[in-house]
Amino acid sequence: MARAPERPSIMDSHSAQRAVLGAGALLATVGAAFFFATRSKNDPNERLISDAPKWTLRDKPKGKKGALIGRSVTINLPRQEVYARWRDFTRFPDFMDNVRSVEKLDERRTKWTIEAPAGKTVELLTETTHDVPGERIAWRSVEGSQITTAGEALFSNAPPGRGTVVQLVMTYVPPAGTLGKLIAKVFQREPNIQARRDLRRFKQLLETGEVTVNASPSARKSESPTEARI
Amino acid sequence: MRAVTWHGRHDVRVDSVPDPEIVNPRDAIIKVTATAICGSDLHLYDGYIPGMRAGDILGHENMGEVVEVGAKSTLKKGQRVVIPFTISCGSCFFCSKLQFSACDNSNPAETADPSEIAYGHSMGGAFGYAHLTGGYAGGQAEYLRVPYSDVGPIIIPDGLEDDEVLFLSDILPTGWQAAVNCDIEPGDTVAVWGCGPVGLFAIQSALVLGAHRVIAIDHYPRRLELAKSMGAEILNYEEVDVREALNEMTGGIGPDACIDAVGMESHGLSIDNLIDTAKAHTFLGTDRPHALRQAILACRKGGRVSIPGVYGGMADKFPIGALMEKGLTVKSGQTHVQKFGKQLLEMIGEGKLDTTFMISHRASLEDGPAMYRHWHDEQNDYTKIVLKPQMAKGDVKETRELADVSF
Repeated sequence: MARAPERPSIMDSHSAQRAVLGAGALLATVGAAFFFATRSKNDPNERLISDAPKWTLRDKPKGKKGALIGRSVTINLPRQEVYARWRDFTRFPDFMDNVRSVEKLDERRTKWTIEAPAGKTVELLTETTHDVPGERIAWRSVEGSQITTAGEALFSNAPPGRGTVVQLVMTYVPPAGTLGKLIAKVFQREPNIQARRDLRRFKQLLETGEVTVNASPSARKSESPTEARI
Repeated sequence: MRAVTWHGRHDVRVDSVPDPEIVNPRDAIIKVTATAICGSDLHLYDGYIPGMRAGDILGHENMGEVVEVGAKSTLKKGQRVVIPFTISCGSCFFCSKLQFSACDNSNPAETADPSEIAYGHSMGGAFGYAHLTGGYAGGQAEYLRVPYSDVGPIIIPDGLEDDEVLFLSDILPTGWQAAVNCDIEPGDTVAVWGCGPVGLFAIQSALVLGAHRVIAIDHYPRRLELAKSMGAEILNYEEVDVREALNEMTGGIGPDACIDAVGMESHGLSIDNLIDTAKAHTFLGTDRPHALRQAILACRKGGRVSIPGVYGGMADKFPIGALMEKGLTVKSGQTHVQKFGKQLLEMIGEGKLDTTFMISHRASLEDGPAMYRHWHDEQNDYTKIVLKPQMAKGDVKETRELADVSF
């Protein structure tokens, strides 16, 4: 049986290793091939048979730093509508932690201002590499970006009557040094926590019209009744 | 405003705190006129529920008057409403299936992780019950912020007293759902473990739903008397071997359906840091399901076990063999309050349900801490406590009729 041609994939360990060499190096294009498990990391000849997406593999493919993370959520709305709501990147601050603003620089490039600890901000510059309406939006960081990352949002139909499944897949490589530590804090040690929370809030916004917040009184002087709390 | 707050194990106080405010468009603010202390509040009082923080406002059985509404609320100022303890958005998959306590959206992203890690999926939000359920302030206070006010609150018509409808917030639908989950058939004998408020409403509900007979189990004489007044036959487990008694009382077959209205036992959970510990080794087996174990062994073959009693973690020596070999059906869950509100309100209005019989004490918010202590230490005399912010400190009203009861 003919094999599908090898395509560079975000989770291929060779590409991830190339990416960490040199500050701000780009990650390879995110390819749809990573969506399905193909090869075992240990034995290239052993074909994995599970139907689950690659980010659920036990031996997660990763380079020195950029692990593949992925997270799915089901939203009770039609696929085209969910895609359209995600497509408007400038609304991301409505439901994403740490994203202060999103600015379209041109048709393909976007500038993100990300909040960092101690009142600082960092800049992420991305270009959209794929945009298939109702199906897929993929992006990667470009030269000049303070954070190196790549990712994609995939939209598919949930079982009949249940709406849309959104899968957010991404990886990032923080730069070396103190800036890198700062970035790591911004994205938290586990970026899948960030993805999980952002997708949860995106779902809340689309299904209820609001981002859910527990802001309410307490006897703790440090808190106010209008701010969310952990 | 004044509010009853948690400060640690056996440390409940009344603090002055900021008033709640409208934060999201579907919010409403109510002025609380009555708020009850729940049996599950005792788990918080005993420090067994992880995720509580000193300064949290307690209280999930609330009602009051609408005083402020957000732009997208459907409520009107001045309406009298009972607030379900479950916070539900009304439009997610679970709410659409009327599984309101499983709402996917009401637990904020900041607090959803711990229950997701512990249970596999995050719990729906609830008022005043630790950060597992979203960290929302409770209503044992003067005012309460109510999210999704177009979905939850039950509007109360004139002609019904506050005390008659307050329990629509939690314990009445909880007892009702427990009985519904028994799938009662004509001729059925239903056994209920626990004659606290939920058990008492479960007894009443089972009979309304057509049970031929209800047998109630507890050891507090006052509570057993209340169960008897509801129409149940009673067993004091300090007097009899419950399983043998149930068998002999049912001609050898055992009850057709069993309700565990007891829940997790004393030892509960001992977790400091929620996320780390839950990730490290999912909960230690510290729930002690004595009543549930007994219910499974007592239930007839092919019967039904209904679990409204709250559990949090893992159970030791769970009789899964008995459950499987006897082919039992188990139904459980936090109450889908909004599913039953309208129907139960109608039944109260028609006099089909007695909702005030179990209230033993009424007191002010300021007496809240003392009431918690009594609720914990004197469960024979204190059967249900309602706090009313408009009452004065020290003015504790005890229902004398209960005190005069004797066998």
